[in-house]
Amino acid sequence: MTTAFPENQQTTVHRPSIRRFILPIAVALTVLFCLAPILWELLTSFKTDDAIAEIPNVYFPGPNQLTLDQYQKLFERRPFLNYLFNSFLVSLASTVLALGIGAPAAYALARLKLQGERIILAGVLIVTLFPPILLFLGLLDIVRYLNLGNNYLSLIIPYTAINLPLTILVMRSFFQQLPKDLEDAARVDGYSTPRMLLDIVLPMTLPALATTGILTFIAAWNEFIFALTFITREDMKTVPVAGAQLGGASPFEIPFGPIAAATVLGTIPLVLLVLIFQRRIVQGLTSGAVKG
Amino acid sequence: MVDYVRAQERRTGWLLTIPAIAVLALVFAYPILRAVWQSFFTINLGNQLSPAFTGLDNYARMAQDGRFWNTLWNTTIFTLATVSLELVLGMGIALVLNQSFRGRGIVRTIAILPWALPTALIALAWTWIFNDQYGVVNDILLRLGLIQTGINWLGNPTLAMISVIVADVWKTTPFISILLLAGLQSIPSDLYEAQAIDGASPWQSFRQVTLPLLLPQIVIALLFRLAQAFGIFDLISVMTGGGPGGGTETVSLYIYATVMRYLDFGYGAALVVVTFLLLVLVVAIASFFLNRSRKRASGAV
Repeated sequence: MTTAFPENQQTTVHRPSIRRFILPIAVALTVLFCLAPILWELLTSFKTDDAIAEIPNVYFPGPNQLTLDQYQKLFERRPFLNYLFNSFLVSLASTVLALGIGAPAAYALARLKLQGERIILAGVLIVTLFPPILLFLGLLDIVRYLNLGNNYLSLIIPYTAINLPLTILVMRSFFQQLPKDLEDAARVDGYSTPRMLLDIVLPMTLPALATTGILTFIAAWNEFIFALTFITREDMKTVPVAGAQLGGASPFEIPFGPIAAATVLGTIPLVLLVLIFQRRIVQGLTSGAVKG
Repeated sequence: MVDYVRAQERRTGWLLTIPAIAVLALVFAYPILRAVWQSFFTINLGNQLSPAFTGLDNYARMAQDGRFWNTLWNTTIFTLATVSLELVLGMGIALVLNQSFRGRGIVRTIAILPWALPTALIALAWTWIFNDQYGVVNDILLRLGLIQTGINWLGNPTLAMISVIVADVWKTTPFISILLLAGLQSIPSDLYEAQAIDGASPWQSFRQVTLPLLLPQIVIALLFRLAQAFGIFDLISVMTGGGPGGGTETVSLYIYATVMRYLDFGYGAALVVVTFLLLVLVVAIASFFLNRSRKRASGAV
């Protein structure tokens, strides 16, 4: 699956009269379905408290009903920039590690004939299907034993691991499609295997690494259960956990406005990633799942 | 000389693979094996967390544990409902995205957006949408005159289950449509043209061409989604915390509470083991169908 969706490719032949009516409606419904919840949260985050609590709901607020107060309140309540920094650090570190460990393994599994290759691959595939709830109890043990509680490593290591299977599968399918001629030529020229990998293969691999890296970054940014369990210090929390814990002073006072603001701020980095790298994401997802 | 190169290549191969295997073993294999071992012990506040070997007691307790069976039931309902709804909806969206129309690139980008956003934050957004006083769902229903007073969506076990299912369908349908769209694009268009010449209706060509050729992708999507839905944690934890009255408590929420709230490590480990085995069973059944569908698809073309 090397090509992401080619444009202007007509795949279906239906009677045009029906299509002319149904297609625009279907497209509009799809867009509405995917965007409406996000837009509602976005709108809420810019409303005044009064406008948020107005019944019936305000869909088109006037100028006096719009405000940046909710964001201000969010930053007064919690160190939200800290959370963003933590999420960014942990996601980036685990992405780099997953690529650094996973890509070489993928190369070995694609090119070098290893004994037990099939067993390793089967293991990697099975592990993709493990939900994190099955792992947190044992990881809690390790975190306690190594005294890693409230340490970024307690997230970076598991995030690296949960991203390794995808990295290995996507990169392996990439290496399999890479023509072998260059590597053979390098061999003839007397390159050692490690030199050849660094000087010849790595530069060609950068686009595939970017594709995989985006997926691993998203997965790490969104992880919840490990971040909830291993980090309890307020200033070290990641965005999803901190957002989920934005309660009010009492159970009856729920700060809807600041929560909406937190949701918007916490999702913006990912919205940007999707807008910029839509094709790469699709390509990576399909090659990871389908080739696997 | 050839032997030397082979040996060197093999050594490099292992050097490249071992770090990955080590990390996977540490984070995946160790916790599962550790849970199997711990499940034979009683480790809870009753014995000051000092492990006492009690054989299969934890498993016997599970058989009697009504809360466990309730969570298993909830997990099954949630998994079946979300996966089947997502499959139907995901197929519909994939078919739309596969048509040619202006602005298709943007629509495709929008269509993968929900999948990429953090589930915990999305859960907050949906909690707000289903809010009993100010929620937009109630507002729309009231405006349409379908209800007279606001419904307390998250305050009733059945309605709360429906709410978390809706939220999950929104969040994960894009994953399925991406996989199915990739499959749709690999179907050669002359197959449809041949069908159209034979006078087949769109529904007939969908049944006779699209569906059979898409079967491998459908089963792969099913496999991933079954495993993910079975282990659902963050969405429900944030939206309802398993409530009201355990109405949306899934197995993973129960495991988490057993370990983190009741500090019952031995029993928690037994729950992990049983959940793991159930998951293996589900995946084994799904992969059996995957293999069969792959064979059938390669036979058809």
